[in-house]
Amino acid sequence: MTTTATEQDTASAEESRTATGESTGDPILQVRNLQKRFGGVVAVDGVGFEVEQGTVTGLIGPNGAGKSTTFDLITGVQNADGGQVIFDGTDITGRRPEQIANRGLVRTFQIARELSEMTVLENVMLAPPNQLGESLWRSVLPGFRGGVSEQEAELREEAWETLEFFAIDHLAGEYAGNLSGGQRKLLEMARVFMTDPDMILLDEPLAGVNPTLEEKLLDRIHELQSEGYTFLLVEHDMNVVMNHCDPVVVMHQGKRLMQGAPEEVRQDERVLEAYLGGEVEQ
Amino acid sequence: MSDGDAQADDTTPGGDTEQSVRDRIWAVASASDIRLIAVTLLAIYAIFLFLGIVGGLDANGLYSSLERVTFFAAVYALVVLALNLQWGYAGLFNIGIAGFMAIGLYSMHILTVQIGLAYPIGALGAVLITSLFGALVALPALRLRADYLAIVTLAFAEIVRSILGSQRFAEFTFAGFDIGFGGATGPDGTLPDPVKFFLYKHPYSLRPEPNAFGEFYFGLFDLFIIDDSTAEGILYALFLSLFVGLYYFLLVRTGNSPFGRVLKAIREDETVAKALGKDTRKFKITAFALGSALMGLAAILWYTKRGGVTPTNFEPEVTFFVFVALIIGGAGSNTGSVIGGIVFGALLFRGPVFIERIINQRLEAEADPTTIFDAFGGIDPFIVYTTDNLSALRVVLLGVVLVILIQRRPEGLLGKRKEIASSIDLEDRTGGEN
Ligand SMILES: Nc1ncnc2c1ncn2[C@@H]1O[C@H](COP(=O)(O)OP(=O)(O)O)[C@@H](O)[C@H]1O
Ligand SMILES: [Mg+2]
Repeated sequence: MTTTATEQDTASAEESRTATGESTGDPILQVRNLQKRFGGVVAVDGVGFEVEQGTVTGLIGPNGAGKSTTFDLITGVQNADGGQVIFDGTDITGRRPEQIANRGLVRTFQIARELSEMTVLENVMLAPPNQLGESLWRSVLPGFRGGVSEQEAELREEAWETLEFFAIDHLAGEYAGNLSGGQRKLLEMARVFMTDPDMILLDEPLAGVNPTLEEKLLDRIHELQSEGYTFLLVEHDMNVVMNHCDPVVVMHQGKRLMQGAPEEVRQDERVLEAYLGGEVEQ
Repeated sequence: MSDGDAQADDTTPGGDTEQSVRDRIWAVASASDIRLIAVTLLAIYAIFLFLGIVGGLDANGLYSSLERVTFFAAVYALVVLALNLQWGYAGLFNIGIAGFMAIGLYSMHILTVQIGLAYPIGALGAVLITSLFGALVALPALRLRADYLAIVTLAFAEIVRSILGSQRFAEFTFAGFDIGFGGATGPDGTLPDPVKFFLYKHPYSLRPEPNAFGEFYFGLFDLFIIDDSTAEGILYALFLSLFVGLYYFLLVRTGNSPFGRVLKAIREDETVAKALGKDTRKFKITAFALGSALMGLAAILWYTKRGGVTPTNFEPEVTFFVFVALIIGGAGSNTGSVIGGIVFGALLFRGPVFIERIINQRLEAEADPTTIFDAFGGIDPFIVYTTDNLSALRVVLLGVVLVILIQRRPEGLLGKRKEIASSIDLEDRTGGEN
């Protein structure tokens, strides 16, 4: 990658990232004792963990462990019944999703949520924050529309570069609804990168993505990591988790089961039992 | 794909050859949206002229029927464009259109006729009042699920209609002004007709005398054996068409922009828009208020000329008609909205009335009056019969049209269209700004 979409215009965000990609030891995200129940089902039962800046942290656990719900609680898509989320030193518990996104914490969805009746380009052009043309009068009044178009032309270049980065530029004019499952995942990623975030929560981003593209995508995640982005990655494929995530947080039945380096997680009895479906003694 | 919104997109897979030929004809015809609108209008004029000539109308009758067709095509286009912003773009299901139209028209009457403000100031005030009501109605519903907006708007429209028709508010004092809604028959005093000011020295004197422009204008139409009142109607139709142009310009700009992009995203999946950092409430309220304001203004332009200020003009069927018109044209497309408004207003709304007129005229002209009276017991009951059943017939006709449309062209007459929400051509990477 010679130029990335995010190299420009990110001066302020750049300051908060480390150039080397090594962890600075500061937690960028702290999750404390999160709770969520749906009727009788306790989906998240006091999970807590920290994500250090500049890491690709894995979040694993058997189906129904509460990973996706935890993402929803962190990003404000659902309200937690209890607990606390601290991002970049600020308590963001109970904030609205758009406020959290605008602080630089964004996420993708496990089931890709493309905007089907909009083209791929429209999808990614939606993402950049605080566009001039989002104000109605600027978009409409003759004296101001020029500035709107000017900014859009800059963002258009950024959008194209991002699509190239995620290898979906050949689909630029296509309706998002016509994309394959894997392509939708890539589109979602492209979209969140266009928001110029600091930290990205990826919910099974590789599901449906073909193996060659998967490799590329993981490479790209590491490239971005080296630019200072932080990732929290939910992934089912253990090979991917063992090779690409460090540390790894394991969830089971809405709780944090353990956290550690991939090696430790691999050798942990409790993790094995959880995945085999056995009841874990607490 | 380079002309952005100016191109219809043929995504229909070319199954049989007949289909693809038809699609190709469509693609050519729709190369320019403005041309597409013009062609539709001309085709409709041709139909009416043909029927009028067959029906034995004289020149004045023909022009007058075209004037009426244009009137209804234009007023429907205005309201449909406004609804397209709310429903077509943002997915905001407003089934209280009639209520917002009523607020606009009644505010106009109060501000101009009752309080005495000048026409343009009154219109501006009425538009602002309607947009405020739009924002107010949308506000509580935005916190709730999407379908609540439908319930709230429906209830709103019915409350508005019953308050306007209620005897209790027929006359009252507000902020020192004696105003009123006039009860079931509406308030006294006709709204000023802006076109008359262009044509007459003192438009509301007993026998208005044309001014210099009026002399010229009426003289011009005299050459074509068109009487003054038809000529006046034609000028009003042109005035309305100008507003259709303004609405279209405003809404194309609104849609083809980052603002329009957020609206589309809200329609597609609001959670995504929020997760990407958009404060969707702000966008929804703005779009809803603007759409409502445009509905209010459309009502002012409509009932200034035809129908008058009464609550009966704002029954729920108005809302239903506007939705049908938008579905005909294709929700989400501004060009489609104009076409839907024209097709609905001219063919489905005006068409039945026109045909009925022609049939009556033929009966009157051809049959010996005495035998007709003998046979049917007079012509008047016959006219009364058809007129009474007109709205029922119209609804049946609409039902049939809707069923055919949803089966054959669910995306509207124009099919699926690519109207990209951006101020520039996104696919033309190297291209400059538009
Ligand atoms: N909206 C919901 N309503 C009811 N139950 C839910 C809802 N969302 C998740 N759950 C339940 O919560 C538990 C955790 O789900 P989820 O967070 O999706 O797990 P994971 O992503 O780890 O597979 C599951 O038992 C699931 O059935
Ligand atoms: Mg999940």
